Amino acid sequence: MTVILGQTFTGISIGAVLLLIALGLSLTFGQMNVINMAHGEFIMAGAYTTYVLQKSISGAGLSLLVALPVAFLVAGALGALLEWVLIRRLYLRPLDTLLVTWGVSLMLQQLARDIFGAPNVQTRAPDLLTGNITVIGGADPLTCASSRLFILALAVAAVVALSLTLRLTSLGRRIRGVVQNRDLAEVSGISTSRVDRTAFFLGSGLAGVAGVALTLVGPIGPTMGTNIIIDAFLVIVVGGIGQLKGTVIVAFVLGAMQSVLEYSTTVSVAKVLVLVAIVAFLQWRPQGLYTLRTRSLV
Amino acid sequence: MTLPPLLEGRSVTVLKGRSARAWAGFAAAAVALFAIAPLALSDFRLGLLAKYLCTAMVAVGICLAWGRGGLLTLGQGVFFGLGGYAMAMHLKIADAGPGNLPDFMQLYGTATELPWWWRPFGNPLFALAATVLLPMAVAAVLGSFIFRRRVKGAYFAILSQALAAAFAIWLIGQQETTGGTNGLTDIQGFFGYDLDDPVNQRMVYFVIAAVLLLLIVLVRQLIHSRYGELLVAVRDSEERVRFLGYDPANVKLVAYVVAAGTAGLAGALFVPAVGIISPAMIGIVPSIEFVIGAAVGGRASLAGAVLGAIGVAWAKTALSEEFPAAWTYFQGLLFIVALAFLPGGLVSLAGVVRRRRAAHAGGDGDYDGDGDGDGDMSGDVGKGGASANAGGEKAPALPLGGTV
Repeated sequence: MTVILGQTFTGISIGAVLLLIALGLSLTFGQMNVINMAHGEFIMAGAYTTYVLQKSISGAGLSLLVALPVAFLVAGALGALLEWVLIRRLYLRPLDTLLVTWGVSLMLQQLARDIFGAPNVQTRAPDLLTGNITVIGGADPLTCASSRLFILALAVAAVVALSLTLRLTSLGRRIRGVVQNRDLAEVSGISTSRVDRTAFFLGSGLAGVAGVALTLVGPIGPTMGTNIIIDAFLVIVVGGIGQLKGTVIVAFVLGAMQSVLEYSTTVSVAKVLVLVAIVAFLQWRPQGLYTLRTRSLV
Repeated sequence: MTLPPLLEGRSVTVLKGRSARAWAGFAAAAVALFAIAPLALSDFRLGLLAKYLCTAMVAVGICLAWGRGGLLTLGQGVFFGLGGYAMAMHLKIADAGPGNLPDFMQLYGTATELPWWWRPFGNPLFALAATVLLPMAVAAVLGSFIFRRRVKGAYFAILSQALAAAFAIWLIGQQETTGGTNGLTDIQGFFGYDLDDPVNQRMVYFVIAAVLLLLIVLVRQLIHSRYGELLVAVRDSEERVRFLGYDPANVKLVAYVVAAGTAGLAGALFVPAVGIISPAMIGIVPSIEFVIGAAVGGRASLAGAVLGAIGVAWAKTALSEEFPAAWTYFQGLLFIVALAFLPGGLVSLAGVVRRRRAAHAGGDGDYDGDGDGDGDMSGDVGKGGASANAGGEKAPALPLGGTV
């Protein structure tokens, strides 16, 4: 019983990390249809921001709190810059955005290597987030890492914030309007190019926040982005493009699957099996779990 | 020739001129590969060239699948790896001699006999066939799943990339039977020939050059056949092709399978040329690097893709030895410039310049001129050069429509 609960919790925590990473992508890929391969490097930027802040601010807890907004701004600014310089020229060529931003990601990785060195670095987690929390006591206790719980809380907060922004604010309405019908939005007096840039700022900023969270569970290195970005893209693809609830559900389902399969096989076999499951799933629902209905023929 | 841009590559006279020029280019390439390079280059340089030519083989397939068919396959590393590992497994078994285990299996000491799925590769004919047929079979199964359900565009690209990642991770996980991270190393012989011998290395180079030329001819025939037209039609408007009674899934499948075959062959020949195959050569990064060359040279033109692949691979060796950091920046920049500002690749440069000049001179330019013997690309790709149709001449119904 405890094993099952333990595995479930591991699954949820993997899912929370996935969700946090995929959330920014659900804006830039899901809503804007831009395949930003440099998203992983924005995550890396958020992680290195945490690292830098911790060197200048004593007190791991305080630096982590400061890092959250600062990483959001740093990664968001990088994203807005990328949008302004390159991506706005490529909105009609989504596959080319993939390759162009891959070029950007290569350069950002090398930049990180030149600034911080090739070896991984580590941040110190605040005391509050280093231990385990006992969920069920007794002879066979179930404990979970408090850092994982923090990430889960952060992911939930980010989802709530993003969906409220998209639903309630005028910025959110403008973003949704541009996504649904760009021309009509433009005719209605919305500056679509400004909305594009803002959406990109938000999506990339969320990558920065994810980067802060990742410092709690793993090392920080120049290639950390490449390794996780594919999983995040798969979450969006399976969840359905532009669908926040699909992203949330699929992140946790894939997380749980990964955890269960890892338990019964090995990490590498689990990865392969998850991919097979995804291909099988897309046979059933090629447009992902949730789809935006259109009358388009294409 | 004064054809308006839309008719570019459509007229019969243009076709004939193009064909003659293509054969001239092909003959020049054959002379360069078989006469000039072996005389001019040292054994070491020739070995490197053999390696680049393998990359060019992958690019030939990418040119068909991506340049012509719009299928951005970021998982060519998988097929390259399948071909490479099939070949390397046979060579390892042959190196070990009958009854012996390959050296790395003895090293780990866990395996007492050859795993069952290694055994068929002891047969040279089976292994040779597998280098091509195995990747093609995998591509056929996977592709029919993906294309039947109309998974396309970005979804296809991401899935194929995930496949490359999963394959590399799986190989790394199977330490005892695949050599794990190290891969299959230290391959000594090639069907009875000692690979340490420079003479035999030259022989391997000639085999590779011959296979590359053969593949170019085959794929060129395919591109200029009725099927090739259909493939471009599917890329540009899948629905219309469906209405005409063709199944776009089959059309795409053929391109994907052929591309997988060329990549498998490339992987198989890469092994004797370099003497090693490992997960580091087939994961996400190398899979994308295969695409870089084709993109920089010109994805829709065979000559562009092949020369681009060789050029980028050469630049990588030349620059990364001396300045590893600078190379990475340069590689990223190459990618950005080539794709964002010159989607037709370097081969379209001549056409773009000529068209600009023609526009200034009042439409007196040679519109066929891409200088690659394959002149229909920059207008045809529909993604436009730096020219007027850069915005896409058809407004996509879905945001994803542009390059799907």
